[in-house]
Amino acid sequence: MAEVLLKKVSKTYGKVQAVKEIDLQISDNEFLVLVGPSGCGKSSTLRMIAGLEEINSGEIAIGNKVVNNLDPRERNVSMVFQNYALYPHMNVGENLGFSLKIAGLSKEKIEERVMEAANILGIADLLRRKPAQLSGGQRQRVAMGRAIVRRPDVFLFDEPLSNLDAKLRNQMRTEIKRLHQKVQTTIIYVTHDQVEAMTLADRIVLMKDGIIEQVGSPIDLFEKPASKFVATFIGSPTMNMIEATVISTDKGFFMRTNDKIDIPLPKQKNDNVYPEQKISFGFRAEDLVPVKYGSKPDNSWDLDSKVNLSEPLGTETLIFTSLGNKEVVSRMFEPEPVNAGSLLNFSLNLDRIYLFDDNSGKII
Amino acid sequence: MTRKQINNILIWLATIILVIIIMIPGLWVMLSAFRPQVDIMAKPAVWIPRNLSLLQFETMLFGGSEGSMGRSAVPVLDYLINSFTISILSTVIAVIVGTMGGYAFARYNFKGKNKYFLGIMLTRTVPGISLSLPLFILFARIGLIDTDFGIIIVYVALNIPFTVWLTDGFFRQIPKAMSEVAMTDGCTKLQAFWHIELPLAKSGIASAGIFAFLISWNEFAIVSSLARSTDSKTLTVGLMDFTAQFVINWPGMCALAVVIIIPAFILTFLVQKHLVSGLTFGGVKG
Repeated sequence: MAEVLLKKVSKTYGKVQAVKEIDLQISDNEFLVLVGPSGCGKSSTLRMIAGLEEINSGEIAIGNKVVNNLDPRERNVSMVFQNYALYPHMNVGENLGFSLKIAGLSKEKIEERVMEAANILGIADLLRRKPAQLSGGQRQRVAMGRAIVRRPDVFLFDEPLSNLDAKLRNQMRTEIKRLHQKVQTTIIYVTHDQVEAMTLADRIVLMKDGIIEQVGSPIDLFEKPASKFVATFIGSPTMNMIEATVISTDKGFFMRTNDKIDIPLPKQKNDNVYPEQKISFGFRAEDLVPVKYGSKPDNSWDLDSKVNLSEPLGTETLIFTSLGNKEVVSRMFEPEPVNAGSLLNFSLNLDRIYLFDDNSGKII
Repeated sequence: MTRKQINNILIWLATIILVIIIMIPGLWVMLSAFRPQVDIMAKPAVWIPRNLSLLQFETMLFGGSEGSMGRSAVPVLDYLINSFTISILSTVIAVIVGTMGGYAFARYNFKGKNKYFLGIMLTRTVPGISLSLPLFILFARIGLIDTDFGIIIVYVALNIPFTVWLTDGFFRQIPKAMSEVAMTDGCTKLQAFWHIELPLAKSGIASAGIFAFLISWNEFAIVSSLARSTDSKTLTVGLMDFTAQFVINWPGMCALAVVIIIPAFILTFLVQKHLVSGLTFGGVKG
């Protein structure tokens, strides 16, 4: 168990700066998820913490000890890799016990710790099998078991679920969360999947182009995105985002879309905008309500539009429609069938609109 | 008969004929080892053997004054020991050095890496016979003529390029994550190599070793100029002992050839599995 501290950490590969002076504090026993599109520097950050990648500048401390110049083995961290990297020439038991054998523990002690880890993960009956004889989910468990056995200060996960099929991924996700509750250790988890990030994390670090865009709890990132990028990255389906220009009329500020549709600007934002400002406004699918099948919000703007497509998902249905030339998605929570081509009245909840400055990308 | 069956038969026939053509010289050598000189030299050739005997082998092992032509025996045992010493030692050294080289080429990036690699490979393109004279002059000056040590050095140099090339391919196949996991598991770089990567490249290293051994074991061009006496003469050079000014002891020479073939034969059979996977690069599986 340990705290991890990153101070102005940078990493360059040749001329490319993969990680740019990031600062991050991960508290003891926290489940932190690094998420972002590929190439954002999240894996490099993780590998620097593991000691597999050298740090170009800055400082990394694990449990108050600066580890910049320590080998991976001296950092007491365990890493689970995307491709599992189980040792193919050893059986499951030997895979689990390998680190303890290297550490010079007695045979009995190794067996005890291996059994303990195997029981936690439910793989005790697989100990004699070779990795090649295991299914994807079982390999994943063994890889995690190998990490647990060492009782490390920090667990590092590098996209551990991306090789699994959808169903197994959900199952293993739950298991990782359960594992965290059982072993009570700091976990740093890298993924590009925002659903994994949302469901697993105590705190999410959203990265882009080597810098941290936003740090916060999953709900924080969902409800209070700091930028357009965060808003569109977090949440499924993706937040609807429409470019517009602020215009001032005698009825107050309006947002005029590129195809000349005027939508009243929420009053509470009046002080933060100026006429002719280029902005984007975003709203989540559930805030565009098909009035017939939901409750109309208090402060709303109405729109009659044709249904382009509907995706029934059981408990909810996604309806794709148009706002001007732009396709937007609406979510309704009634399993009514909606036909493509039918005309519906939608109501946009103006209290839940997010405004972003187009120049800076920051929230207004 | 369908067209397909006819095709099959034709392919089989062609294969059998090819195999016979390939095998006849070898079979002839083996057969001749057990036959008297007159049968070997007979014209027209005697295809079906009569009078098979182990006389040549007896002469070889126990020294025979009663050798077929009354010649004193060739010191086969000395040659055998030399052959084994030279082949085994040079193989072991070449495999150790070559594996390390292959690993370095597979895992590390350094300036001019591709040029070094090409350079090492190019040394392999020089025919052995063209090296024998310069080596003879060089070794004569530094006193390595007619020593096991000198020949071992040459064979090590001959075998390293191939070993580097083969093991490089194998190490490339092993995911880097494998040694990285080992390192977070508490291994030093060397331990990760020893416990994880080396065992995974086993079949590659085994095939490199076999090739190195066979090359050393069968080499003739260089050793024939460097080896002068029983101190360092190997079996292949020993074959020449059966030629005299006017006659050649064909049965004796063939018998020794059989002795030379046997270890290579056994080795190839034992490790055939490794050899195949070694050359098809299928040895590693996640």
